Amino acid sequence: MTTLPFDTLDSSLTLVELIYRLKIKDAMVRNVHTAGRTDSLRTIQKLMKESSVTGIPVKDGKRLIGLVSVDDIMSALDGNYIEDKAEDHMSRNLIVLEDDMPLSFAISYFEKYRYGRFPVLNKDKELVGIISSRDIIVSLLLEINKEVERLERENDSGSQQTESGHMVRRFMVKQLDFEKAGKASTEIKKLLKAKGIDTRLIRRIAVAAYELEMNLVVHTHGGSLSITLEPDHVEIRAQDRGPGIEDVELAQTEGYSTANEWIRSLGFGAGMGLPNVKRVSDQFSIQSKPGEGSLVVCTINLPQEDSHDDKPDD
Amino acid sequence: MTISRMIKQLDLETIVQAGETIEIKNAFTSDLLSDVMANAPSDSVLITIQAHKNTVAVATLAGITAIIVCSGRPIPEDMIQAAGDEGIALLKTKNNQFQVSGGVYQELYG
Repeated sequence: MTTLPFDTLDSSLTLVELIYRLKIKDAMVRNVHTAGRTDSLRTIQKLMKESSVTGIPVKDGKRLIGLVSVDDIMSALDGNYIEDKAEDHMSRNLIVLEDDMPLSFAISYFEKYRYGRFPVLNKDKELVGIISSRDIIVSLLLEINKEVERLERENDSGSQQTESGHMVRRFMVKQLDFEKAGKASTEIKKLLKAKGIDTRLIRRIAVAAYELEMNLVVHTHGGSLSITLEPDHVEIRAQDRGPGIEDVELAQTEGYSTANEWIRSLGFGAGMGLPNVKRVSDQFSIQSKPGEGSLVVCTINLPQEDSHDDKPDD
Repeated sequence: MTISRMIKQLDLETIVQAGETIEIKNAFTSDLLSDVMANAPSDSVLITIQAHKNTVAVATLAGITAIIVCSGRPIPEDMIQAAGDEGIALLKTKNNQFQVSGGVYQELYG
């Protein structure tokens, strides 16, 4: 089906998201030079020269009926019929894209058909643009640049404030990266310590963060671990890009693990991870779709200073 | 007891020195890192055979001050590096976890 020139499973999540998020209409050229069915191939050849393009769609009213490429022009010059009408020689059997398709479709079409460009139609089958591999490269570069700037900002500032003035930090965690395993949790612990949060609470939050981080390392294709610090609670969120949990209930059963032998030999995969997280959390939830990924969110409440008024014995 | 007393009494080999006056208040024996994470008391010494970098990460998170690697397990360079960076004492012995646990128990509560 859709063939992309790279392995989406092992690629950066951001890049994969990008080619699905961007639509063909975001990358295509809208101002298309077109010709009418009765225009001569000579006219089209001049139009190509003036506008430096290598393919001219031929329209009948708003409807696309064919395309004249540089190859067609060369054959016309060779066969001495350059003064003929476009409709007599244009390519009629066209491969087209729709403007609302994700960019991934265009990329896979270029892999599959090896044409230089594809006309783009809207829902009503009207010609609205044309897309070449150059347009894809340009739009991707622009978007990647935006993404990288965003990530750099996120890294540089260390932590971010949300609109409500609370702190959020996000750490990327890679699959089977035992080298860096525990780093995100250690950072989270330091951060909480710097905020002056109670040591016993820090321990509970650290347990949740560490187990979720190790789950990302051991069981997923990678993902992110983030912490949100609100005045009354801390939220730890682990999001991954697959493979998803087949049986969420079973996965939370103490002692149940899908870890392999060598991971167990490192002291992981004892089936204690999720039960541990659940135990230290005040709120806990898992959403998972096999084949897609999982999101685990846990919340640990922070004691409120004015709560002493309600509970004088505390 | 101080860490230097424990090293002397149990005849441990010091791989990473983190300070002679560290007070060992408790101990925990386990080879399961999730178990350590969930149950080890802070200011403990961890008695284990898990000689790798991730043990140091767990120790840091759980507030463990020293790790004793048992049964003469070889200690990789990156574990030594990590323990040094985190200021966690790293000790080694030929004895197994049972023998070490007994010795530490004797010193703490005997």
